Amino acid sequence: MKEFITDNFIPARFHIKENAAQFDRFGAQWTPTILILDESGVERHRIEGFLPADDFLAQLELGLAKLAFQHNDYKQAEHWFHEVCEGLGGATAAPEACYWEGVSAYKADNQAEHLHETYRKLSQRYPDSEWAKKASVWAG
Amino acid sequence: MPSIPWIKDPEEALAKAKAARKPLLLDFTAAPM
Repeated sequence: MKEFITDNFIPARFHIKENAAQFDRFGAQWTPTILILDESGVERHRIEGFLPADDFLAQLELGLAKLAFQHNDYKQAEHWFHEVCEGLGGATAAPEACYWEGVSAYKADNQAEHLHETYRKLSQRYPDSEWAKKASVWAG
Repeated sequence: MPSIPWIKDPEEALAKAKAARKPLLLDFTAAPM
């Protein structure tokens, strides 16, 4: 986890007793709160509350994926969503990552088959998830 | 493995992120540091 953080982020930490002003500045109302900001300082992902290691790693990867997606870098987004969907399939974030992996692939080459395949994957692996329901419009 | 080099100054962290073209990870904690 340490290596993943230092390889992929500039890490900063603020303690409620030492730096409460930063809690107000960034709207952190509970601990732990983790924010992922792009290099311009724009918030792209927020994690509130404790998570076990695999779920936390999945959220960090989801944050990197969302950051890439929001910058229209769909290939990089697809890579990070895939890491969660296929590499951390037991994590709570996995169904969401599978959904957005399919969307990223579609945005990259405009092939609707990515969306149909995403529906099939979600309906098989996570049939009760909200993400399978969202993907149900791609059933055809 | 060395521990994570947490930065305590937000402006320093933002400047480093811009220079390194890397995203920022901000950890707001109440745990002992």
